Amino acid sequence: MATSTLTDTPAPPPAPESHAPRRQRSLRYWLDFRAAPYAYVAPFFAVFAAFGLYPLIYTGWISLHEVELGTQDQRTWVGLDNYTTMLGDDRFWKALTNTFTIGVISTVPQLLMALGLAHLLNYKLRASAFWRVAILTPYATSVAAGTLVFALVFGRDFGMINWFLDVFGVSPIDWEAGRWTSQIAIATIVTWRWTGYNALIYLAAMQAVPNELYEASAIDGASRWQQFRKVTVPSLRPTILFTIVVSTIGATQLFGEPLLFGGTAGARGGTDGQYQTLGVLLYQQGWGLFHLGRAAAIAWAMFLILVAIAAVHALITRLLRRA
Amino acid sequence: MLTVHKRTRRSTALTVSAILLATLATACGDDGDDSGDGGKVTLNLGLFGTMPYEEAGLFEEYESLHPDIKIKYTSPSDEQNYYRTLQTRLAANSGLADIQAVEVGRIREVVETHAAKFTDMSKAPGVKEGDWLPWKWQQAKAADGKVIGLGTDIGPMALCYRKDMFAKAGLPSDREQVAALWESGWDGYVEAGKKFKADYPDDGVAFMDTASGLYNAMIASSEKQYYDADGKVIYKDNDLVTKAWDLSTEAAEAGLTAKLRQFDTAWDQGFSNSRFATVVCPAWMTAHISDKAGEANKGKWDIAAPPAGANWGGSFLTVPSGGKHVKEAQELAAWLTAPEQQAKLFAKNGLFPSSSKAMEAPEVSGATLEYFDGAPSGKIFSESATSIPVTVLGPKDGAIKDNVSNGIQLVEQQGKDPDDAWKSTVETIDKDVLG
Repeated sequence: MATSTLTDTPAPPPAPESHAPRRQRSLRYWLDFRAAPYAYVAPFFAVFAAFGLYPLIYTGWISLHEVELGTQDQRTWVGLDNYTTMLGDDRFWKALTNTFTIGVISTVPQLLMALGLAHLLNYKLRASAFWRVAILTPYATSVAAGTLVFALVFGRDFGMINWFLDVFGVSPIDWEAGRWTSQIAIATIVTWRWTGYNALIYLAAMQAVPNELYEASAIDGASRWQQFRKVTVPSLRPTILFTIVVSTIGATQLFGEPLLFGGTAGARGGTDGQYQTLGVLLYQQGWGLFHLGRAAAIAWAMFLILVAIAAVHALITRLLRRA
Repeated sequence: MLTVHKRTRRSTALTVSAILLATLATACGDDGDDSGDGGKVTLNLGLFGTMPYEEAGLFEEYESLHPDIKIKYTSPSDEQNYYRTLQTRLAANSGLADIQAVEVGRIREVVETHAAKFTDMSKAPGVKEGDWLPWKWQQAKAADGKVIGLGTDIGPMALCYRKDMFAKAGLPSDREQVAALWESGWDGYVEAGKKFKADYPDDGVAFMDTASGLYNAMIASSEKQYYDADGKVIYKDNDLVTKAWDLSTEAAEAGLTAKLRQFDTAWDQGFSNSRFATVVCPAWMTAHISDKAGEANKGKWDIAAPPAGANWGGSFLTVPSGGKHVKEAQELAAWLTAPEQQAKLFAKNGLFPSSSKAMEAPEVSGATLEYFDGAPSGKIFSESATSIPVTVLGPKDGAIKDNVSNGIQLVEQQGKDPDDAWKSTVETIDKDVLG
């Protein structure tokens, strides 16, 4: 196990050569035991500082200015104006609500379906490797390709779904125009793409559940469904929590699907902003309208939301562990 | 263990040599920028969308006329992405190509914020002001008289219509008689639409593609649009904007439109599946129509004169002053926009010339389009071009127009009340564009 080597005590230093001067020896000792560990972890911190921390702080700095893309050299200090404008703008709240609703209608069915799929794949199956690879294929497709195909499938005039509904006499639905219909369509794309991925994570966790638990419950007369509910799901609790957090973060950042689903109105999140998420709003302000300061303020708002989600996660984990 | 170790080392070596090779390759590539090619000067062009110089063979021709020049170009299809990159590079004043194309919707913004970073093209060798339509020349002119860009093409508008559908709806289908339907103005166009809707047997076919297309055409045919001559934003009080808004939302509410968005996939599908009978078409759109509507609809489309002459689109070629080969770049830009080359581009690719001299050339004035049942496109678009008003442009014209078009779609697609839609449109423009 990789972790065991980390906790091992380091091998004792080689016996110092008797004729070496003491000062040199202590320098070498210092280099080896005090400085070297820092040198080993330094690359990570250097890279994180350059590509993580610096952009984060710089974005915060930009968000306190009025900056336009074309004239980045002319910055005007505006303090928290970008934030007050953002909080006073209906579209920000609409985007936040949309992000939340699309997040819920994509994440909940997605994780439930993944759990069910993992349970099925956990049985002894013929060609199990094939099925496992098969459910992962959507994940291997690019967001753009998947979304463009789904945009056609959900098309108003020539989409497959409307054609199918027409068979049952349902008149065509303008999926993209409606608030709920468009959000359902986008949630479908997300669900399609991520269900298999989550199923495989659940499957891996299921296979780590000790067989004795199942045997014991079988002796006690538990049915398959009872085994699933009383043995599998409780054992999977940490994994389920992990997938919920990862999916929530993914949902908060949702961007490519709504942008491409909307075609030429993508950056607005639809004519009426009916499926504009926070990510798309950021893109529209920064890269459609060239207001970099406002876009930076939205980026920081998203960052704070993610920090809040992480805090809630930590809290729940602690409560679960105590329980 | 040993084999694993060996393999890692070998793969490390491979990776390192691959990185080295890549670095070498880019280093060589950069060299080509200068004079690596046996003393040749390489000119880089930043183009966008469909600017078919390469396809029309003009680069090849220029290189054979000037053996010491080598031309390279990039041409992203999306103008929005192109302009974003251009703005970043202008702000940093680095990374610019020797020649940069600028779209008409952006030209005023570039003139007003970055004129100092461009060379004065009116003083470039071989450039004669009189070759261009006067209004096209003026659009790229800064307050101090400097002209930063030479006009490439313009987009005079006409009306493309399905003659077979017109016949089915009991309307005239001959292009002269069709033009007479809306001779009185855009109201006539909407009136014809109402007749079409009442009499056409299939409800799945709309009279026009989009209501915003109608708005766009109406506003483009008026002198004053969003700004006045002093650069003040006046669209809220401009009667012509109100009139165009009212008529196009009326058309939307009367169900005359196919409720699409131009340049969406569904709009393209609308052409191939015959979902609408008319579209306001600038000259450059004829190529798009014949491409999307396909062989099956050949000869069913035709072109009629519009109620009023109007312009949509067209670009400029500019030469940033920080480039390494400013003189050579100016010569190339002047040559590419010269009347002879403009005429060739129209004949081969349907880009209508911005040069009044090129418009008189027989290959322009006598041009016909076989796909549109042999319509005399040269004559129709030339007539539209000569009646294009001298419009007052402003820096945010493009963004304001996009927002008003979206506002019309609020009525058309979302079924909102036109007054509410106008209010929210004005609010958005104040916040996003002018704020």
